[in-house]
Amino acid sequence: MAETAVHGAHAHPPGFAHQFEDIEQQREAGTLGMWVFLVTEILFFGGMFASYIIYRSLHYPAFEIGSHLLEVKFGALNTAVLICSSLTMAMAIHSAQVGRSKSTIIFYLILTMILGAAFLGFKFTFEWHRDYVEHIMPGFGFVFRPEWGSNAPQVEMFMCFYFFMTGLHALHMIVGLGVLTVLAIMTAKNRFSSEYYAPLEISGLYWHFVDIVWIFLFPLLYLIGGRY
Amino acid sequence: MSGHVVVPVRIYVTVFLALMSLTALTTGVAYIDLGRWNTVAALAIAVTKMLLVVLFFMHVKYATGLTRVIIIAGFFWLGIMIALSLSDELTRGWEIVPKAWGTGMIMPFLSRFF
Repeated sequence: MAETAVHGAHAHPPGFAHQFEDIEQQREAGTLGMWVFLVTEILFFGGMFASYIIYRSLHYPAFEIGSHLLEVKFGALNTAVLICSSLTMAMAIHSAQVGRSKSTIIFYLILTMILGAAFLGFKFTFEWHRDYVEHIMPGFGFVFRPEWGSNAPQVEMFMCFYFFMTGLHALHMIVGLGVLTVLAIMTAKNRFSSEYYAPLEISGLYWHFVDIVWIFLFPLLYLIGGRY
Repeated sequence: MSGHVVVPVRIYVTVFLALMSLTALTTGVAYIDLGRWNTVAALAIAVTKMLLVVLFFMHVKYATGLTRVIIIAGFFWLGIMIALSLSDELTRGWEIVPKAWGTGMIMPFLSRFF
């Protein structure tokens, strides 16, 4: 009864869930929950990074040969594209926070999606397709080159690491594009306000996390042993 | 706390420019022969970039202590996973009584990484 009275007295913002004291507590719970999920993601990718570290310590020369099969310019280009997309994602959330029009929020979300799609497009066409054509895609006609000598099997292993790590990252990007699509639709349906924008905020955390994974993949895969 | 703070656009743009510069720097450094310090430089730059993204884009600078504890715990557990995996893998070839502790042991140990 009392709750009903309180409820009637307050004008709750849209999106406010009743189990929370106020929108602030709800916001913090959402952020915390998203970070718990991201911690599982850190450990999920961490397993691959741990095995990468171990095999790199065992077969360093082969990893250096493998790294030099990749094109630094495409890795650097894609790093820049992802950083741009992180900025546009942050701007989408900022626009919601300060109460800009929904067309502004949708503009930034679509810009983020275009940059994310550009990343994947570069990855598929310039890199993975080229790797396939050059027979350095494990499982798809991988050919040992004579100059690798006895390192050849471990060079193939490096390429396995490369495809699994970048592939898993690309999978996260594709999921992110789906999430952004949903966010754009929700924005169009006036689901967000400067008081309630939690889905934008926590999806932004996910998008930035995927960016961070790439920030580590770029030097660890493309820049082993330098390019001098 | 996390929601009420609106980060000014100026900070986002500054962080963005820093991230782009660091990307150019890490790429450029790879073309200079620093020996094993190439790896150290690449990882130091990557960690710096990560901190910029986490603190400003992900608003952790403005987050509550509870959220920070969760994040630090995540990285701590990642550290446990990597450190204990390596403590097994890297010590398998060691003799029961190492012939030479000190520089004789430590440098070959480090040289396996980079």
